[in-house]
Amino acid sequence: MVGNAFSIAILILMGAFMGLPLVLAVCNSLKPLEELFIFPPRFFVRNPTGKNFHDIFVLMRESWVPFSRYIFNTVFITLFGTVGHLFVVSLCAYPLAKHKFPGRNVIFWLIVTALMFSAHVTAIPNYLIMSGLGWLDNYLSLIVPAIAKPMGLFLMKQFMEQVPDSLIEAARIDGASEFSIFTRIVMPSVKPAWLTLIIFCFQDLWNLQGSNYIYSENLKTLPYALSQISAAGISRAGATAAVAVIMMIIPITIFIFCQSNIIETMVSSGIKE
Amino acid sequence: MEKEVQKENTSESIYLRYIKRRAGLLKKDIRRHKTSYLFILPYCLLFTVFILAPVLVSIGLSFTYFNVLETPRFVGWQNYVDLFFADEVFLTAVKNTFLFAVITGPIGYFMALFIAWMINDIRNKKIRAFMTLLFYAPTISGQAYIVWKYIFSSDTYGFANAWLMKLGITYSPHLWFEDQKYIVPILIIVVLWMSMGTGFLSFIAGLQNVDQSLYEAGYMDGVKNRFQELWYITLPSMKPQLMFGAVMTITSSFAIHDQLAALAGFPSVNYAAHTVVSHLVDYGSIRFEMGYASAIATLLFIVMIVCNKVIQALLRKVGQ
Repeated sequence: MVGNAFSIAILILMGAFMGLPLVLAVCNSLKPLEELFIFPPRFFVRNPTGKNFHDIFVLMRESWVPFSRYIFNTVFITLFGTVGHLFVVSLCAYPLAKHKFPGRNVIFWLIVTALMFSAHVTAIPNYLIMSGLGWLDNYLSLIVPAIAKPMGLFLMKQFMEQVPDSLIEAARIDGASEFSIFTRIVMPSVKPAWLTLIIFCFQDLWNLQGSNYIYSENLKTLPYALSQISAAGISRAGATAAVAVIMMIIPITIFIFCQSNIIETMVSSGIKE
Repeated sequence: MEKEVQKENTSESIYLRYIKRRAGLLKKDIRRHKTSYLFILPYCLLFTVFILAPVLVSIGLSFTYFNVLETPRFVGWQNYVDLFFADEVFLTAVKNTFLFAVITGPIGYFMALFIAWMINDIRNKKIRAFMTLLFYAPTISGQAYIVWKYIFSSDTYGFANAWLMKLGITYSPHLWFEDQKYIVPILIIVVLWMSMGTGFLSFIAGLQNVDQSLYEAGYMDGVKNRFQELWYITLPSMKPQLMFGAVMTITSSFAIHDQLAALAGFPSVNYAAHTVVSHLVDYGSIRFEMGYASAIATLLFIVMIVCNKVIQALLRKVGQ
C-alpha cells in the first residue's frame, strides 16, 4: 500500500513536469498580447481570445498560393509516406526476424548501424542523388527517403522476433504461403508495433519542412509555411504560440487514436504460445 | 565436415573441393530462401540508395577538402589531425556532448522504463491512456519546446525570473540562456522533458506483449517481490524493446543539437551548449567545409557504434 502511494506520487509529480509546459503552451496561444507580457506573469489565461488564431487566418489569406495547398501537400506526403513505410518495412522485417537465410545478420547490422550516422552530413550526397534521379522539386524527394528510414524496420523486427515460431510453423504445415503467413498471422500479432510505427512516422512527416529539395511555392509543406509566420519574432509572439498549438494538435489526435487501439488489441487478442 | 577438413587441409585440392562444396551449399541455401530475399528486396533497394550510399559517400568525403563548389581534393588524414590538434572548439564540443549524453541518456532511458512500468500497472484503461499521452506528448508536439524559452525568458516576464523575484530570492532577472552557469542545467531539463518519447512508447507496447502466464509461473518458482518480478520475468521478455530503446537513446543523446540551438542560440555564449553536431552543422551548413564536417560525423559515428556495442553487451545480462 505504501509502495502504491509512493508510485502514484511519483507519477503525479513527473506527470506535472511533462504536462504543465504543454498546458502553458496552449494557454499562451489564447492570451491577448497584454497578458503575454505582464509582470508577474500568469500561468492561466484570464481573458481568453481567439485573436492569435484569427491572426494566422488573416496571414494565411494573404499568402501567395492558397493556404489549403500547403495543407494538402503535407497531408499527401504524410499519408503516402506513412503507408509506404509501414508496408515496405514490415515486409522486410518479417524474413529478418523469422527466416534463417544467409546474409541476414549482415543486412540487419548494416541497417541498425546506419541509424547512427548523422543526418546533417548526408544532406549533400542526398541532394546529389535526388538531382541524379530528377526528383528535385517533386513530392517523391520527400516521400521515398521517409519510406527508407531504418528506425521503423528496427522496431518491426524487434517485435516480430517475439511472435512464437510454433504459430508460423503451424500455418506452414497447413499450406499457407509466406505472404499469407505475413498478412494473416505475423502482422495481426504485432499490431501494437505497427500502430507505434504509424505514430513515429506520422510525426516525422507531419513536421517535415523539406525545404532542401522543394523550391516551388505550391509544393511546399505546412510546417514550412507556418514557420514563415513565426519567423517574424516578437511582434507575432501570439501567432507563434498559436502555430505551435496547431502543429501539435493533429499528431496528438493520431496518437490518441492509435494508442486506444493498441490497448484494445492487447485485451482482445489471445495470440500467445 | 569441419573435422574432415582440419585433418586433410594440407592437400590443396581437398581444400578447394571443400570451398566449392560450401559455395554449392550456400547457393542451395540462397535458392531455398528465394521468398525471403523477395520480401526484403524493396526495402534493401531503398536503403542502399537513400541511406547507405550517402553514408559511404560522406565517409569518403571525410578524407577530402570539399567546399561544395569545387571537386573534392584528397587530403588523407588531415581533417582528423586538425580536429584533434588544431581545433579547440571541437574539444569543447566533445566535452559538452559527453556531458549531455552521459546525463540525459541513462536518466532518460531508465526514467522511460520506470514510468512505462508504473503506467502499465494502472488498471483503469482511461487513466492509463491519459498517462501514456501525458508522457509522450512533449515528444510528439514538434516545436512546443519553445515554451521553455518563455519560462526561462531573460526578462521579468519569464516565469522562472518572476517567481524568484516575487519570493524575494533574487532582485534582478537572471540571464538564463546567456549566463554560462545556467545554460547546461536548463538545457538538460528541457532535453529530458522532450526526449523520453521513442523509447518510452516502445516500452509501453513491449510491456503489454509480456505473456501473463509467465508471472504466475514465476511466483510458483519463488519470485518474491515486484522488483524480482521485473528483473527475472518482465525485462527478459521485453529484451527486443530494451535494445530498440537503447539504440534510439544513443542516437538521440549523441546527436543533440536542434533543441539546444533553438533555446540557447547558435553558436551559444562561449560555446557553452556547443555539441559535436553543432560543430558539424557549423562547418557543414555555414562554412561549407563538407570534408571537415564529414570527418566530424564519421568520428561521432564510430563513438556511437562502440557505445552501442557496450550497451548491447550489458543488456544481454538482463535477468541473469
